[in-house]
Amino acid sequence: MPDTLVQPVRFGSNSGQPVTRRDGIAKVTGAATFAADNQPAGLLHAVYLPATIARGRVTHLDVAAAEAHPGVVQIITPADRPPLDGDPSAKPTPFSFRIDVLQDDTVRYAGQPIALVLGETLEAATEGARLLAPRYAAETARTALDDETPFAFEPAGFGLPAGAEHGDVAGGHAAATQAVDVTYETAAQYHNAMETHAVVAAWEGDHLTLDMPSQALAMSCGAYAYFFGIPAENVTLRSPYLGGGFGSKAFTTGPQVLAILAARMTGRPVKLSLTRQQMFGPVGHRGATRQRLRLGADVAAALTVIDHESIAATSSFDDFVEPAANASQGLYSAQALRAAHRAVRLDVGTPGPMRAPGEASGSAALECAMDELAQEAGIDPLEFRLRNYAETEPGTGKPYSSKALRQCYDQAAERFGWAGRPLAPRQMRDEAGLLVGWGMGTALFPAPMFAAEARATLRPDGSALVETSAADMGQGAWTALAQIAADSLGLPLDRVEFRAGHSDLPDAGVAGGSGHTATAGTALHAAGGDVIRQLGEIAAADEASPLHGAGNAGFVARDGRLCVAGDEERSEAFADILARAGGAALIGNGSGSRAPEDAERWAMNAHGAVFAEVKVDPDLCQMRVTRLVGAFAAGRIINPKLAESQLMGGMIWGTSFALHEEARHDRHTGRIVNADFAGYHIAVNADVQGLEVITVHEDDPHVNALGIKGVGEIGVTGTVGAIANAIWHATGTRVRRFPIRVRDLLEAGSPVG
Amino acid sequence: MKRFDYIRPASIDEALAAWNPGAAWLGGGTNLVDLMKTGAVQPDTVIDVTRLPGLDRIEWGADGSLRIGAMVRNADLADDPEVARRLPMVAEALLAGASGQLRNAATVGGNLMQHTRCNYFETPQAACNRRDPGTGCDARDGENANLAVLGWSEACIATNPSDFCVPLAALDAVVEVQGPEGKREIAIADFHSLPGDTPERRTALEPGELILAVRLPAAAADFAGHARYLKVRERTSYAFALVSAAAALRMEGDRIAEARLALGAVAAKPWRVAEAEALLAGQAPDPHLFARAAGAALTGAAPSGDNSWKIDLARRTAARALAMAATGAPARMPALPASPFGEPAGDHVHA
Repeated sequence: MPDTLVQPVRFGSNSGQPVTRRDGIAKVTGAATFAADNQPAGLLHAVYLPATIARGRVTHLDVAAAEAHPGVVQIITPADRPPLDGDPSAKPTPFSFRIDVLQDDTVRYAGQPIALVLGETLEAATEGARLLAPRYAAETARTALDDETPFAFEPAGFGLPAGAEHGDVAGGHAAATQAVDVTYETAAQYHNAMETHAVVAAWEGDHLTLDMPSQALAMSCGAYAYFFGIPAENVTLRSPYLGGGFGSKAFTTGPQVLAILAARMTGRPVKLSLTRQQMFGPVGHRGATRQRLRLGADVAAALTVIDHESIAATSSFDDFVEPAANASQGLYSAQALRAAHRAVRLDVGTPGPMRAPGEASGSAALECAMDELAQEAGIDPLEFRLRNYAETEPGTGKPYSSKALRQCYDQAAERFGWAGRPLAPRQMRDEAGLLVGWGMGTALFPAPMFAAEARATLRPDGSALVETSAADMGQGAWTALAQIAADSLGLPLDRVEFRAGHSDLPDAGVAGGSGHTATAGTALHAAGGDVIRQLGEIAAADEASPLHGAGNAGFVARDGRLCVAGDEERSEAFADILARAGGAALIGNGSGSRAPEDAERWAMNAHGAVFAEVKVDPDLCQMRVTRLVGAFAAGRIINPKLAESQLMGGMIWGTSFALHEEARHDRHTGRIVNADFAGYHIAVNADVQGLEVITVHEDDPHVNALGIKGVGEIGVTGTVGAIANAIWHATGTRVRRFPIRVRDLLEAGSPVG
Repeated sequence: MKRFDYIRPASIDEALAAWNPGAAWLGGGTNLVDLMKTGAVQPDTVIDVTRLPGLDRIEWGADGSLRIGAMVRNADLADDPEVARRLPMVAEALLAGASGQLRNAATVGGNLMQHTRCNYFETPQAACNRRDPGTGCDARDGENANLAVLGWSEACIATNPSDFCVPLAALDAVVEVQGPEGKREIAIADFHSLPGDTPERRTALEPGELILAVRLPAAAADFAGHARYLKVRERTSYAFALVSAAAALRMEGDRIAEARLALGAVAAKPWRVAEAEALLAGQAPDPHLFARAAGAALTGAAPSGDNSWKIDLARRTAARALAMAATGAPARMPALPASPFGEPAGDHVHA
């Protein structure tokens, strides 16, 4: 892999450095303990029986056969499941879903737990579940978007997104001299982190200890406390390592609640770990969408309207409507904008946030529609986007806190070699005769902040302990957050002990929305600053200190020493200051969030541009992405190595979205027929040939004190459209469904040779 | 999974004696164990034949024929330099299958015995005549886009997923088996069964028969210069074929003296059509000729569901494989074996 990263300006002694992830060796050697690795004494294994129909009732379970199996300890069915203290259909936290915990014999989606088996071994519990041999009264399942009538809904925040309308939409349509009216479909996708959902639950009296991967520790504790009628502080959640999350581990799930219940019933610790197949059901997914885009432009190819309507699948019993249409709102300078969402109730598990929820599927459709309009107008797709470059946020007119998108376009196009691309499709071949196509897309992802707290302890020896309950899903939070903390304390990284992933620590909020580094990082920065402030007060008041009386000048912390600002020769080691002050540790606290007035005043987004080259066999229609170049402006980059990995991961995710990921349902039972890694495809190494990431420098004084935006999700956006557009450019065939398959090109009559 | 007895016999005789009607032979387990987990296959006894002496050899006969022990691992066979030289499309097909880890485990005998990847077979709750005779076929009105377009019946529309078996079919392999009645040989063409009314009878093996070896005749190496395996799939590696083809030509001067053509993933067995091969014999290689031969290979093809597109794709794949074979087997294995993308510049080996 070439060294493609443009190194940003070095900030401080730690931030900005491409530090190798600190948990890497532990993970590759197996020393890192994931939730399911825990084996407390007396452990029982729980296995749930997933429904193999999507709609109907369970009419019979052969409980006797399962109970008779050696090693089976107990069977829990809706008939004998003890009550929970909280209603499983309630939503105890702002971000939660109705869960399935054997409340009745109704089946609402395939994969729903319909019984729980406890065994002395995993094998016994697994066989016990098989022996239950369920019988059903099945009804024909509704799993396709056409199986039900779309309905409009009142926006209600999370899961029920508001649309938007700006300007004169009808007028925008009327003013268009060229227009496209196209409908794109995206398939249901299931997050499949390497580590499946797991829990080891143990009760001591009314105190619950959970080893469980979680993207949101405090919120999870609150939800489990609600279901079991205990105070949130009675829940200890340990989540030191996650093998991926992608949004699916931010929420309370039914299987995990069942395991906790089983532990309370039996008085023994219980482990439940989902199989790969079980990941397709009760732990969220990205719902299928159908998006109609009507774009209009005038003779100068200026957009007159972006009119984006999306229909998305949700479950029959809860609401999460992929906010796909909103992805078209903040990007291009159309005179009129409209985003509208409707939903369809299907017999599927409730969808949820999956890496770039809304942005991913919305961007896919928008970037293709933009390409179609550029084609219609006879303009290079990049030039078309530049003509519609938004200097302020379209619709609202808000200024951007920062926006180096133009540089992203320039640098990625330059690196890719976009200039000279023929406008017409099917013009390029490689030496082997394969069709070659180039496409591009714009990437955009908001730069949100949530709320986080952190604590920093400066120890008498001058080293520090920093603590926050951050979640490292694998994105590198253990490393990047420690870098921020070290800078805030003026210490080298190896003098800072970083603790995270435990609910006893200060709440770091949710690792989601690409906002974790910004949010938890800001809290850590503030906590470190609080310690240094206290240290400065002590030193300034201490006659024996060389810093005595320098309080008004201010201090900076550098390499374990406190220095007078502007006169760094005048300094003293942290340990010496503390020693004279009695040798006690200093504790500082910090919080991170965004002031509402800042959020109101500025439009805050990360931006990017992705260029794709694909090759397509002209006869066989097999496709391969041969090059991807992405340039991203995402504020300050704390760790270029980890940020590059995140952006690459997003672009590979986009490749899977464009060409592979699709859950396919049996049309009668509603069962997903490809619910494993042999059938549900994600890109493999051979699907990723050339992949380059450029990070464009961006100073943003408004997003937060550190200038951080976030890189976790933006790589998905832009990429999907770029690949689809490149396939059109290679073949002349416009496929308006994702993933794009061999048969789509074949059936479109892609001519031979 | 259901409880079962595990037996590891020390000799072939012991293995045959251990067999009972509820038993299954265990090779690499890459398919059987998965199916035992889902409950699609529930043997009472698993007889591990991987340690049987003498079954792990790759032996060339004095006449140039090849005998491959049933317990030779797919990876070892694919990596054998002589196999790659004399039977390049066999090596190419093996390397196009599964992943490196799976090929390290999977055996030659197990590859012949692998089950269809039809999801309705793999899912015990679904009706499947192949798994549970007489229950029906949920695939007929289900997700069947990748299922059979040739040789299927009302009872079953499953496909055979093997890559390896496709060139074996093209090259007239012979399967050596031993059972209670002694040893016998089964031509590869007769080894896998079309479903008809008895899809549960997936091979010609009689109860208790064990595969000892696969033999390829000396004449198979006559095609070494012009033999290719081509596998079309949605992702570049680690996926079963949408359609595949093994094509081999024995050239005499600029004429095709003899041709072999077999298709994979289109039927319950590798699909070989004598008429297509006969069309090619004696002719000069030519795209139109290959198109006609490919058309002949698909004679009788009919969609079994939402899969008429596979007929078109199979025709194109067969024609391309013939063209690739005419060009000649590459001097070394492409970075992407069996792929239309072959050896992209700067690519790593991604088999």
